[in-house]
Amino acid sequence: MFRRLHPQAATLTITLDGVPTKVAPGDTVAAAVLAAADPSCRATPVSGARRAPFCLMGACFDCLMEIDGVPQRQACLVEVRDGMQVRRQTRPAPVTDERL
Amino acid sequence: MSELDLAIVGAGPAGMAAATVAAELGLKVAVYDENPAPGGQIYRGIEQVATKRAADLATLGPSYRAGKTLVDAFRASKADYHPATSVWMVQRDLQLGIVQGGKARLTRAKRILIATGAQERPVPIPGWTLPGVMLSGAAQGLLKSAGMVPAGPVVLAGNGPLLYQLAAQLLAAGAEVRAILETGARYGAALPHVFEALGGVATLAKGIGLLRTIRRARVPIRRNVIALRAIGMDRVEAVEFSAGGKTERIDCTVLCLHQGIVANTQLTQAIPVEHEWHAAQQCWRPVIDAWGNASLPGIAVAGDCGGIGGAEAAAHAGRIAAYEAAWALGVIDAATRDTRARDDLAGLQRNLRLRPFLDALYPPSREVLLPADDVMLCRCEEVTAGQVRAAVRQGGSGPNSVKSFTRAGMGPCQGRMCALSVAAVIADALGKPMAEVGSFRLRFPLKPLTVGELASLE
Repeated sequence: MFRRLHPQAATLTITLDGVPTKVAPGDTVAAAVLAAADPSCRATPVSGARRAPFCLMGACFDCLMEIDGVPQRQACLVEVRDGMQVRRQTRPAPVTDERL
Repeated sequence: MSELDLAIVGAGPAGMAAATVAAELGLKVAVYDENPAPGGQIYRGIEQVATKRAADLATLGPSYRAGKTLVDAFRASKADYHPATSVWMVQRDLQLGIVQGGKARLTRAKRILIATGAQERPVPIPGWTLPGVMLSGAAQGLLKSAGMVPAGPVVLAGNGPLLYQLAAQLLAAGAEVRAILETGARYGAALPHVFEALGGVATLAKGIGLLRTIRRARVPIRRNVIALRAIGMDRVEAVEFSAGGKTERIDCTVLCLHQGIVANTQLTQAIPVEHEWHAAQQCWRPVIDAWGNASLPGIAVAGDCGGIGGAEAAAHAGRIAAYEAAWALGVIDAATRDTRARDDLAGLQRNLRLRPFLDALYPPSREVLLPADDVMLCRCEEVTAGQVRAAVRQGGSGPNSVKSFTRAGMGPCQGRMCALSVAAVIADALGKPMAEVGSFRLRFPLKPLTVGELASLE
């Protein structure tokens, strides 16, 4: 959906749903997703509709993604890091404690 | 650890200018900003662009370069700058809750300056939640900080100077700007403000230059556009609209919307300090005096979050608030404060002179303010304008009861994207003015906190 003006700057690698993806230092995770093949961040918990970043300034919360194991992070406020693992959120978070 | 003299929320032009002056005067200053780098929205990514992509500065224009001076002075100052730090609470007793690096912390300051800036007015149209539909500031931020442009055809739709600025910037960066769809400029209404505007000549000249760039590139422009809708399955594929009695459809992979900007009052409304309805800008703003003082002692406001004035006005207001803080804390006397602040007070007035002209020239479109029933107002909870109207018919008397009935405003964004449009639809349905209808009652935390972050509070 978006292309880089300076593709040679994409020197780091993150994984997006397991897919290795080149990103540039200083990119936010949201920017990196917009430049990927699938620019969506999540499917909504209400209807399952796909959402991609809308405001890119921390106000719309449509860029909520799981970053390095922590869900519901605003991808537009997180800078990429080499080796970062990013996952799209497509269903509600599982309750993992079997005592509950 | 000694207490902070001044805690500043936001590292945009107002926050940076305030921090620089306050630190110079010897105040103990901390600046908290949730972004990883300073500059706010208007100067987003400025340090990166200046060092790594200097050639891109040419595409972004001279006012962006001016921000570099502000950022450099801020970095060189003794202000304690905390990037990637969210302020989730500000209490009346001047205690702040912040979260950084997965840990929440409480801190206190003798004075708090809120400089949270502006956000774009949400633009509820059919299909506005499709991937690829975004606010114009988002596309502009992406160009500034990530050096990215839409890979395919992009259409810009809306009203306001930012639309033209973005179009010119995208063209200069090599993007395929397929059309500009103007939802209408009321030239007649703006004329009474022309003489006021002459005081802000530099901005007007900038605007004329932008129009020339776009005309040279022969970008099709449609005026008085209505019935905008974004079309697509999993992402936007085209935009449909009516102009001059004709329905048209233009293919695009990105659709940038813009209906002006509004004060970001999420923090000030949550405290709360007193707010007033700004009829000319169709948004809420905190009530402040000439020095930025809000209705609670020790809390001040500077920049666009106090009412839209632009980046230069924000820098002036930041410095004015810093001088006021220094006087309030007994560091300088009133005469010194008045002398030092004189140029900024004059500068602020000079920049605000253009505002009524721009506000009258670029009001938000009526369709966007009062969307049809099938248009989604609350993006988070997926509540439509029709559902809000139904809630009013069922007895919803204002935004808070409608919120209880429909869940509008209960999602993660807590009304940032829908408070204005939900209230406008309610006001229209009830036949009451916006000032009377009010807004969602906001509560802390301002941003979601994990249990782990909260548990780290001592």
